Amino acid sequence: MKGRVLVVDDDPALAEMLGIVLRSEGFEPSFVAEGDRALAAFRDFKPDVVLLDVMLPGTDGIDVCRQIRAESGTPIVMLTARSDTIDVVLGLESGADDYVVKPFKPKELVARVRARLRRTDEPAAETLAIGDLEIDVAGHVVSRAGGSVALTPLEFDLLTTLARRPRQVFTREQLLEQVWGYKHAADTRLVNVHVQRLRSKIERDPEHPEIVVTVRGVGYKAGPP
Amino acid sequence: MTLDVVPPVVSELSLVGRLAQRWRSSLQLRVAATTFLLSGVVVALLGLYLQQRLTDGLLSAKVTAALTELDAGVTKADATLGSAYASDPAETETIVDSLFEDLKRATPTGLYDVALITTSSTENGRISGEISDTSIPARLTASVGEGNKAYAYAPLRYLDGHTVEGLIAGGPVISTGVGPYQLYYFFPLDQEEATIALVRRVLLTVGAMLVVLVVGVAALVTHQVVTPVRQAARSAQRFATGLLEERMRVRGSDELAQLATSFNAMAASLQSHIQRLESLSRLQRRFVADVSHELRTPLTTVRMAADMLHQSRSQFDPEVARSAELLQTQLNRFELLLADLLEISRHDAGAVELDTEPVELQQLVRQVVDDVRVLAERRACDVVLDLPGDPVVVDADARRLGRVLRNLLGNALEHGAGQPVEVSLRAGDGCAAVSVRDRGPGLRPGEAGLVFNRFWRADPARSRHTGGTGLGLSIALEDTRLHGGWLQAWGEPGRGAVFRMTVPLRVGASFAASPLPLDPTETESTQTAPAAPQPRDPVAAVLPGQPGMPQ
Repeated sequence: MKGRVLVVDDDPALAEMLGIVLRSEGFEPSFVAEGDRALAAFRDFKPDVVLLDVMLPGTDGIDVCRQIRAESGTPIVMLTARSDTIDVVLGLESGADDYVVKPFKPKELVARVRARLRRTDEPAAETLAIGDLEIDVAGHVVSRAGGSVALTPLEFDLLTTLARRPRQVFTREQLLEQVWGYKHAADTRLVNVHVQRLRSKIERDPEHPEIVVTVRGVGYKAGPP
Repeated sequence: MTLDVVPPVVSELSLVGRLAQRWRSSLQLRVAATTFLLSGVVVALLGLYLQQRLTDGLLSAKVTAALTELDAGVTKADATLGSAYASDPAETETIVDSLFEDLKRATPTGLYDVALITTSSTENGRISGEISDTSIPARLTASVGEGNKAYAYAPLRYLDGHTVEGLIAGGPVISTGVGPYQLYYFFPLDQEEATIALVRRVLLTVGAMLVVLVVGVAALVTHQVVTPVRQAARSAQRFATGLLEERMRVRGSDELAQLATSFNAMAASLQSHIQRLESLSRLQRRFVADVSHELRTPLTTVRMAADMLHQSRSQFDPEVARSAELLQTQLNRFELLLADLLEISRHDAGAVELDTEPVELQQLVRQVVDDVRVLAERRACDVVLDLPGDPVVVDADARRLGRVLRNLLGNALEHGAGQPVEVSLRAGDGCAAVSVRDRGPGLRPGEAGLVFNRFWRADPARSRHTGGTGLGLSIALEDTRLHGGWLQAWGEPGRGAVFRMTVPLRVGASFAASPLPLDPTETESTQTAPAAPQPRDPVAAVLPGQPGMPQ
């Protein structure tokens, strides 16, 4: 599997090292050092995954993430130096699918990138219903009463995972495993933030969700169709 | 300056209770009430005295006038009757009549009345005006009958029925010929009464006004003193709630102005100190963030490079390959240490926030045990779980609680000497506790209090090959504290060690006792487990042999 990875990082040494690692794993990297040029590079290169440093000169990573999210659902993995809740949550809320905290191991990074590319495998033709939404799994389309709802691939996966087992309560760990593809030691904040983002797109009233329902102390489940 | 200070909550107090509360809380009310009582008593006494003196003065003048009149009358009657001698009662009657007429004529009309009364015969007395002779008190008649001049205060009864307070003076008329007569003068005291009543009214009015004035002055003076004090109290209260800009207004240069000036000086000094500390803390936070970023980016590159080298070490000379291995392992250590240092530095700077959510502790414990499986297998240590059937859910930061438990469990596996490590979970009253027990060499006396110290090692001579940065337990303690919980250690040489984390069901809620014993020997020696004694300091450790005694 050949994946195109856009690396947005201002540290030349780290960028070069990332290039070495990515190439050795069979990816095709491209580099941009300034946040201001990130969007243009994204349009030119059309990557499958974006690796985005949060701290950038000029436009910072959070803003770059919003710009890319505004026009594409391409998976974004943030590289952050801080594991503080606020930084992580801010990055995820701006649209990142995942984050890795520096210093990370090459294997860890590669695993995350692969996990984001994994879902490009051809899905089976399937139609699911959740709440008043209809999901065309193969066509990657979510629609409500004829109009389509735009979701990122990750949000789409999250929704289909819940919709496939309407009565099952998923713990955050289960969702991390099934949606993100992580078996161990991942951050459940990923799930929380993405559920919030998903709700803001599909719920009629995100304050009182009816499609993705919280089960207190356990996790989430699909609401009644 | 507008002051909005919420008064202390007074809930469902009776009126008496509220009054008592007001009495205790208001100096002004107490001063005003005391002044009212004291000035009221003084003014009342003074008024009574004045009225008494005035009445005495008025009446004694009246008495003197009455006695003078009586003397004159008696002398005249003596002269008239003393010289008269008549055997004929009719003649006597005429003489007495003419005497009475003379006496009556001498009285200014309406000012007073006169009576000439005989006591021996049945004949009626002669009385001018419309006064009934029943007005004369019996004791006065008796006294006059004994030959004295006397007077008495008595109501004057008029024939038409109305009575007026009066002074009655009487004296005997000495006569030889006709039967003994008594001469009485009736002085109505209605004018004096009116005067006294007027004086009483004036005194009452003036007294009341005086009391009101004094109380008013007292209230005003107290108000002037109390208001700045109240203002100072409010200012201090607002300052205490964090409004560091709060100052008192300084007016004039009296003692109260000095109070305000001193208060303001204190507030300014405190404010500058607090601001300096805050800016230090902000600097510290900023520094940590910067270090974090500046150090981690090159470290990431180094890390990745080392990994590349490590992966291809089979192609190197043995010495270079070993070097790559060393680089790799020491980088791991360095990373852990950096992460822990940054974390504890964030705690020190107060830059840590809890991300709370409902956490099921059984699930968390299982997950943590799963996380340390590799370490447990390497140490050939069994982990024995003792979890209750009912789910125990607390509101907490799952990441931090998980890290606390990972630290405790990692620590127990490190020092457990291959013996099974027991993890117990219990829900208690308002709290939940997890204890981790190992059966390793344990702690020497006094060490239970040291284990949470940064970079403390049980045995300095022991090699440092054990994993861990020396900060794990310190961070665990900070994380537990952040939840408002306790982290405590117990240990005895040869009997292993127990670390117990107790957290409230809701962050910051208070609880009294942990549901798990800290000292396991208590439950081992006695079948009925007594409640574990709680040290007052929630983070104090318990010395072996002195259960329950905080260090």
